[in-house]
Amino acid sequence: MADFEPIVGRYLRLTLGGRPHRVYFEEAGQGIPLVCLHTAGADNRQYRHLLNDAAITGDFRVLAFDMPWHGKSLPPAGWQDEEYRLTTAGYIEMILAFCDAMGLERPVLLGCSIGGKIVLELARLHPDRFRALIGVESAAYQPPWYDDTGFLHRPDLHGGEVAGALMSGLIAPQSPSETRWDTLWGYMQGGPGVFKGDLWFYRVDGDFRDRVGEIDAARCPLYLLTGEYDFSCTPDDTRATVEKIPGAKFTVMREIGHFPMSENPAQFRKYLAPVLDEIRALGR
Amino acid sequence: MSDDAVHARILSITELVNGDPGLVRRGRHCSTTFLLEAGETSYLVRVLEGRVASIERGPFLMRPWTFAVRAPVEAWDRFWEPVPAPGYHDLFAMKKFGMASVEGDIIPLMTHLRYLKDLLAAPRRVRVA
Repeated sequence: MADFEPIVGRYLRLTLGGRPHRVYFEEAGQGIPLVCLHTAGADNRQYRHLLNDAAITGDFRVLAFDMPWHGKSLPPAGWQDEEYRLTTAGYIEMILAFCDAMGLERPVLLGCSIGGKIVLELARLHPDRFRALIGVESAAYQPPWYDDTGFLHRPDLHGGEVAGALMSGLIAPQSPSETRWDTLWGYMQGGPGVFKGDLWFYRVDGDFRDRVGEIDAARCPLYLLTGEYDFSCTPDDTRATVEKIPGAKFTVMREIGHFPMSENPAQFRKYLAPVLDEIRALGR
Repeated sequence: MSDDAVHARILSITELVNGDPGLVRRGRHCSTTFLLEAGETSYLVRVLEGRVASIERGPFLMRPWTFAVRAPVEAWDRFWEPVPAPGYHDLFAMKKFGMASVEGDIIPLMTHLRYLKDLLAAPRRVRVA
């Protein structure tokens, strides 16, 4: 007898940036839509534990898509002559296009790292489109810790090995070995230059220090969760951001690094479940 | 931890690395000499095809090395805790927060980063008095 997980995957046709795309997404559960955004240079496999969590999928329809150029979403035709870069505008367009195409009415959005960062811009520009926004490892700005424009896309270095080795430091020492290496496996297999291109948004285009003060958390509840072992986006970086957003809620997660949902799903669940309970109770 | 204890832990890297066939295999393309500094004390770590060929304690006059990893004795002590505190759990974390520095030719470091991180962290596996 086949032992299937409840996750179902499909391809969605979207026009993004004026070009046709096939966007791969997975979903499980019924109820309030919960759209999940993966980190830079990775894909929606980071959310497999959330998608398999029956206690959450009992109340939430969990959806997670691969951004174009990531995972099973191919880059658009002609990619071979381009340098990939994720921009703020392109990222917002993508998220809203996905929600519209899927007919999601005021979904909850949960984003991690680059996903956590774009949550801030969505909170500022599109608060009425979301029931709530959850930014994981999120900050208006986080100073760099290595020359990420230099080492992530050069032919003399094995990009997968470098990305995996760099990201290994962002995982908490307490994270279980299996899920630690699952997380790193994802980083070891991205397309050339894609991780670097995502970091264009993370480091350059997405410096939101001059505008997070405009966010009104009364219009859309904003929750920020950051792991204590994350030195890419530190708890202090998130704290500095939250201080500019009255009403935003901030929690430091113990024994967690930069990839909570994939590096230590059980520990992350302790922090996420109360937030989801609160959102469900809001009922609006 | 005393300077002598740090010294013992650094010297233990040879046995810890060379006694780990998986680690040696992963480092099979790595041959380099780097400088490791713990406070005022210098060590030249020579790696040959993933095996630690020697760890020599300074001082040195004009000895060549590829890259240098420097941190105070107290930082290495905290780095080698079985479960290090946030900020001390990774070389790049220590570098970002100013507890460590990495200088020299960065290419060999980045090329073999996973192996070299594991080499530096090897004393974490042993409790030294």
